[in-house]
Amino acid sequence: MLDKNGIAKRIAQEVQDGYYVNLGIGIPTLVANYVRNDIEVDFQSENGVLGMGPFPFEGEEDADIINAGKQTITTLPGASFFDSAMSFSMIRGQHVDLTILGAMEVSENGDIANWKIPGKMVKGMGGAMDLVASAENIIVAMMHTNRAGESKLLKRCSLPLTGVGCVKKIVTNLAVLEVTNDGFKLLERAPNVSVEDIKNATQGHLIVEGDIPEMNL
Amino acid sequence: MINKKVDSVQEALQGVSSNMTFMFGGFGLSGIAENAIAELVEIGVKGLTCISNNAGVDDFGLGLLLQQKQINKMVSSYVGENEEFERQMLSGELDVELIPQGTLAERCRAAQAGFPAIYTPAGFGTEVAIGKETREFDGKMYVLEHAFKADFAFVKAWKGDAAGNLVFKGSARNFNPNMCGAAKITVAEVEELVPVGILDPNHIHIPGIFVNRIFQGEHYEKRIEQRTVRQRD
Repeated sequence: MLDKNGIAKRIAQEVQDGYYVNLGIGIPTLVANYVRNDIEVDFQSENGVLGMGPFPFEGEEDADIINAGKQTITTLPGASFFDSAMSFSMIRGQHVDLTILGAMEVSENGDIANWKIPGKMVKGMGGAMDLVASAENIIVAMMHTNRAGESKLLKRCSLPLTGVGCVKKIVTNLAVLEVTNDGFKLLERAPNVSVEDIKNATQGHLIVEGDIPEMNL
Repeated sequence: MINKKVDSVQEALQGVSSNMTFMFGGFGLSGIAENAIAELVEIGVKGLTCISNNAGVDDFGLGLLLQQKQINKMVSSYVGENEEFERQMLSGELDVELIPQGTLAERCRAAQAGFPAIYTPAGFGTEVAIGKETREFDGKMYVLEHAFKADFAFVKAWKGDAAGNLVFKGSARNFNPNMCGAAKITVAEVEELVPVGILDPNHIHIPGIFVNRIFQGEHYEKRIEQRTVRQRD
């Protein structure tokens, strides 16, 4: 079974040379730590930064340079700042190659819910609805089950949707799955996790074809 | 040169009254119109509709207006990190319209640019699209979203001049440029008001035509919401 860093490490393998990548808050943010350093990747932050760098050294924080999680950051050579309309032109216009975001629920047809629990938690969707409605290449990073032990990979989402039929790939603490027309197709198992474990933790339709390899981390 | 300079925040906010709709630039606490917000608390106008990506934190930004119960309705994309906001929303005291961040930006820009509405794929098939016109273009579904109508836009820039020209710094730019000229009156506050002619015309982000009043803010706290650092090796 993977921890959050393990999930991030596996997703980092999906990042290719020349990609512009938008990372959501939470596990997705960790992906930046594991991207191979022999490839060129630019991170976009939807509040208006392209070419994000690491956190600043202590004493060098700047209130005017933050990421979408409102954290102080730095920029790398070649970076740019821009307004929110232009930022979402990059996103809606499909100039961003890969979007990685967290989710509360994903359904077997690729619907995603991650912005609201009615009556309980309403933080808002931020840029998530724009990202999932537009991106060609969306990977969800999340735990396979919620804190109550219930599956987050469902036949149908029970929470209000963020987007419909948009998720292509899911990386969890247990598995890598692809969303197909017929349901969740199991691609890889996490270390020390059996196909049976994944079946038990998946409420939606799971497709298992042949031997399922273990992730190569 | 047409002069947009006013001498004080009080003069800049002349004409604001209760039950108006205001736009506020800023993302989180970055690039917010600190001086205009403080003055709105002072004036005590109530029943406001506020269009702003976020709602501040409990004791800063728009949180200050929330504390005084001056806001009737918020139109935002993300409102976490604010307990008083959550309390007012869940108790029904505060009306909240949550919309996608890109839609928020584009509804501002549409108002600025003279478009009555725009089609966006964001939110199609979700509760955000309920009651809205949808349309298919090239096999993909889009939602019709209308330009905002607002009485005042309060924006904050790094530098500006009496002509109303604005230059922003870093990611504090965010929604500020999109809101300039998107309301009946745009009030810009700047950290530094420089003499006309100093700003290089090549480097101006927002031309003065989009700004009605400009003043230099007396004080900027520029609070950091999430201070994240790395250790030196």
